[in-house]
Amino acid sequence: MAAVAMTVNGKAVTGDVDPRTLLVQFVREHLRLTGTHVGCDTSQCGACLVHVDGKAIKSCTVFAWQLEGANVTTIEGIADPSGKLHPMQEAFRDNHGLQCGYCTPGMIMSAIDMVNRKGNDLDDHTIRQELDGNICRCTGYHNIVKAVAAGAKAMKGSSAPAQAAE
Amino acid sequence: MNKIMRHGQVGRSAPRLEAREKATGRAEYVHNLRLPGMLYGKIFRSTIPHGRIRSIDVSAAAAHPGVYRVITAADVAKVVPNPYYGPAFHDQPILAIDKVHHVGEPVAVVLATDPHVAEEAAALIVAQYDELPAVYDEVEAMTSKAVVHDVLKPAGTFPDLKHLQGKTDTNVALDFHLRRGDVAKAFAEADHVFEHTFRTKAVLHLPLEPFVSVAETTGSGLTIHTASQSPSFVRIEIARLLGWPENRVRVKVPYLGGGFGAKLYIKLEALVAALALIVNRPVKIALTMEEQFFTLTKHASTFRIKSAVSKDGKITGRECEVWWNGGAYADIGPRITQKSGFTAPGPYDIDNVTIDSYSLYTNLTPAGALRGFGIPQLVWAYESHADMIARALKLDPLAFRRKNILREGNAQATGTIMRDAAIEAVLEQVSARMDWEKPFARSSGSVKRGRGIAIGFKASISPTTSVAIVNVAADGSATLYCSTVDMGQGSDTANAQIVAEVLSIEAEAVRIVHPDTDVTPYDMATLGSRSLYHMGNAVRLAAQDAKAKLADLAREVGVPEGSNIPIAELFVKKYKMQAGNIIGTASYIPSYVPPEAETGQTPNATPFWMVGGAGAEVEVDTETGHVRVTRLVNVGDVGTLINPRIVATQLSGAAVMQYGFTMQEQIETDGGQITNASFADYKIPSILDIPPMESEAVDAEQHDGPFGAKGVGESGTFAVSPAIANAIDDAVGVRISELPITPEAVYRAIRARNGDPLEDA
Repeated sequence: MAAVAMTVNGKAVTGDVDPRTLLVQFVREHLRLTGTHVGCDTSQCGACLVHVDGKAIKSCTVFAWQLEGANVTTIEGIADPSGKLHPMQEAFRDNHGLQCGYCTPGMIMSAIDMVNRKGNDLDDHTIRQELDGNICRCTGYHNIVKAVAAGAKAMKGSSAPAQAAE
Repeated sequence: MNKIMRHGQVGRSAPRLEAREKATGRAEYVHNLRLPGMLYGKIFRSTIPHGRIRSIDVSAAAAHPGVYRVITAADVAKVVPNPYYGPAFHDQPILAIDKVHHVGEPVAVVLATDPHVAEEAAALIVAQYDELPAVYDEVEAMTSKAVVHDVLKPAGTFPDLKHLQGKTDTNVALDFHLRRGDVAKAFAEADHVFEHTFRTKAVLHLPLEPFVSVAETTGSGLTIHTASQSPSFVRIEIARLLGWPENRVRVKVPYLGGGFGAKLYIKLEALVAALALIVNRPVKIALTMEEQFFTLTKHASTFRIKSAVSKDGKITGRECEVWWNGGAYADIGPRITQKSGFTAPGPYDIDNVTIDSYSLYTNLTPAGALRGFGIPQLVWAYESHADMIARALKLDPLAFRRKNILREGNAQATGTIMRDAAIEAVLEQVSARMDWEKPFARSSGSVKRGRGIAIGFKASISPTTSVAIVNVAADGSATLYCSTVDMGQGSDTANAQIVAEVLSIEAEAVRIVHPDTDVTPYDMATLGSRSLYHMGNAVRLAAQDAKAKLADLAREVGVPEGSNIPIAELFVKKYKMQAGNIIGTASYIPSYVPPEAETGQTPNATPFWMVGGAGAEVEVDTETGHVRVTRLVNVGDVGTLINPRIVATQLSGAAVMQYGFTMQEQIETDGGQITNASFADYKIPSILDIPPMESEAVDAEQHDGPFGAKGVGESGTFAVSPAIANAIDDAVGVRISELPITPEAVYRAIRARNGDPLEDA
C-alpha cells in the first residue's frame, strides 16, 4: 500500500492505496466523489476528466500515488458552495447540452479548461477541435458546442473562478 | 381532441428536469452504487466460438489471495434449477452449461471484495473445450451443417413461435412470411425487373456507461439495482427463474448512462441475482467497455430485394428476403424479424408483395434491439434499391419516390391503412431543405460532389401496456410514479410536461419517481420509441383521473364548480389539516390485431407509424475513396412536439449514431474472434467526425397520441445510410451495397467501375 496526500476540491485528503489505484478510482471509491465517471477505461472517452494543478487530465491515465501534493478539482468542486451553478454548468443545462449525462462532467471540466487556455470568445471550430478528446454517444454534439460557447461567455462576466478552489 | 386544453406546458423547451443533477455530477447511476459487504464479480469468458465444455479448472483462481469464491454453472443450478432466460426463447443460460456458443460467453465468475483481485483471479481459470464446427454468416446459417443449438426452446407465451418448440437441426429462430396480391403475375407483366442484395455488418450500442447490475438479498427476497431499460420485465423474468411471486423481487433503476436498446430484458440481472443468492452478500458486476462487445450487438443482415416496375416508374411488385444474424442467443431478434420485418418493402404503395424474413442463430455475440429495431438495415436496402431503379430508368430520385410513396389512406403491405404517417410531408421537407429542384454545383477535379435523399418508416411494437400513477399531495404538489427509464431521451421532462399540462401547474414542480417495481407500476419497457405514446397516454389519463378526483373532492367539501381555490385548501377542508392524497391512475394499451400466420395480413398492425427522412451532400475523393459528408439533413414525423429542444437533440443524436454505423463502425471478426473490442480500435463518432447537420420535425399530429405526440428516439436513424450511399452514387457513379462505407470500399468500387479492379487483399 502507498500513502498519498493531495488537495481535492480545496480540501486536504489522504489515502492509503494499493499502488495500482488510478486517480479516478481514488476519487470515486476512496473519496466517494462519483461525479467523475468511468466510460472506456482506456483513455478515449474523457468521462473521467478532472483538473490537476490547473490542467485537464483523464483521471484513468494516472495513478493516485503520482499526484502526491497535487491540487485536484472534480465536477463536484466547481459550483459555488451556496449551490449556485458554475456558469459552464448553467450553460449545459440551458442549452440542452446533455442527455444521459454520463459524459457531462468530463465535458464540463474539459470546457472550463478550454476557456482557461483559449479565452472566453470561442468559435465553433475551436470548440470542436478542443473537445475531440471527449466522446458523447447521445447528443450528436451540436448542443454541447452551443453550451460551451455560451458558458465561456458567461464565465467572463462571472465571479466564478476559472479554476475552482485553487 | 387532445389539443383542446393548453396551459403552455406542452410545446415548451423546458430545460431537462435532471439537468442540474447531471451537470453537477450528482445524478444517480448504478455505476456509482456501493453497498455494505458488497462483492465484485469478474466474468471468465469463453475463448472459442463453439464447443463442448470438457473441464473448468478454477482451483488456482479460488486459491488466489483475496478471492471470496469462484462460481460456475454447477453452483448456479443449486439456486436456479432451470437457468435459461430470454424474451422470445428461453435459450440463454446464466453461465454456460455443457456448451459455449460464442466467444466471450460467460463461463464462470470470480467474486472478491476488490475488483482488481477478481480480475487477476479470473485470468487463472482454465477451461478446456472440444471444439465444434461454427457458423458466422446469416445466409450460410440457413443451410449450415454447424447447428448452434441442439434444440430450440421458444418461450411458451408467443403463438408465432410455438411451431419451433423442440425443433432440432436448424438455426432458424423465426421465419416470418407476408403475402399480398399476386407477385408472380406482377413480375411476369413487368416492364423492368430489378434485383439487388444489400448487407450490413454487426455494430454495437456502446453506451458510455457499460452494463452494470447489483443484487442484494433482503428479508423478503431480492433487490436488483440495474442499468436496465425494462425493470418490469426483469422482475417478471427473475421471479420466473426463481419460481417466486413477482412481489419478492424488487428492481430499481436510476438514470442510465445511455441505453440505445442494449440494456433490455436480462443482461447481467439473472447472474447477479444467482450470485447474491449463492453467497448471501450483495454482488456487483460492472462490465468494461471491451466486455460490451461480448454482450449484445446490432444484427448484421442480408437483404435481397427484387422489384417489378412499369416503364413509367410505378413499382408493381416486390419480393423481400431478409436474413438477420442473431448471434448465439435469440434475445429479441425474432421480434425484430417480424415486427420490423413487415415494413421491408418500404414506405411505398405496392399492390403485390412477398416478404420472407428469417432470424438466424450463429456463433457470434447475440444481437438485439439497437435504436431502430431493424429498421435502419431495411431502409439501407430499400432506399439504395430505390435510387438504383430511378437511375436505371433515368428518373429523378425524388420524382420516383413521389410516384410510389404510401400516402394517407393507402394500404401498407400488411393491409393496414396508413394513418397519421407524414411520409409525404417528410419527403417534401427533406427535398425542400436540400433545394432538390435547383441545379446542384458539381466539381470537375478529382473530388466529386453528389447528393442523395432517402426516407424510411417504422411501426411501433404492439400490443404493449403502460401504467402510471399521479399522486397529488395535500399541499397540491404532484408526483408521477412510472417505470419509464430516462436513459437520456428526456422522458422525465416530457412526462412532467404532460402532467403539468393536465393539472395546470409548472412542469418543473412535478416530481418523478424513478422505476422501482415495489413502488412504480408496470411498464412493458423503454424501447422502440414507444414510451411517449404509450406511457405518455397513461400519464395523461392518470393526471386526468387525479384532476377528476380533485373535482369530486371540491364538490364533497362544498366548493362551487369553476372556483380556483388552491388545492391545499380542499385537503384542509376535508381533513382539517394538511393530510391525505389524491391518487390518479391509468393504464394504456392500444388496440392491435395480430397478423395472419400465412399471409402476415392484419387490419391493425400498429398503433402509430414513425417516419424519418434524410438528405446528404458529399464530396468523394476519387484518388483515395475518402468520402466527406458536407451536409446532412434529417427530418422526422414525431407528431406534435412536447419539448422542441429535446426533439431536435433526439433527432440529431440518432442521426449521428447512424452516421457512425454508416461511415466508420463495424465489429471486425476473425474466426469468431472479435479483433477490435475496445474504444481504441472501434471508433464511434467523435466531435470531429460528424458532418454539418440540420435536424427538424414536420408539422404533424398523432390523433390519439398524448397532446398529439408520438415517439422520436429512433426516427433520426432511419434514412441516413442510404442518403449517403445515394449521394456517393450521384457523385462518382458507384454503388456501395454493404455498410459501413469505408474509403477502401469506395476506392475499390471506383477502380472496378473504371475497369481496373484492385486485387483482393
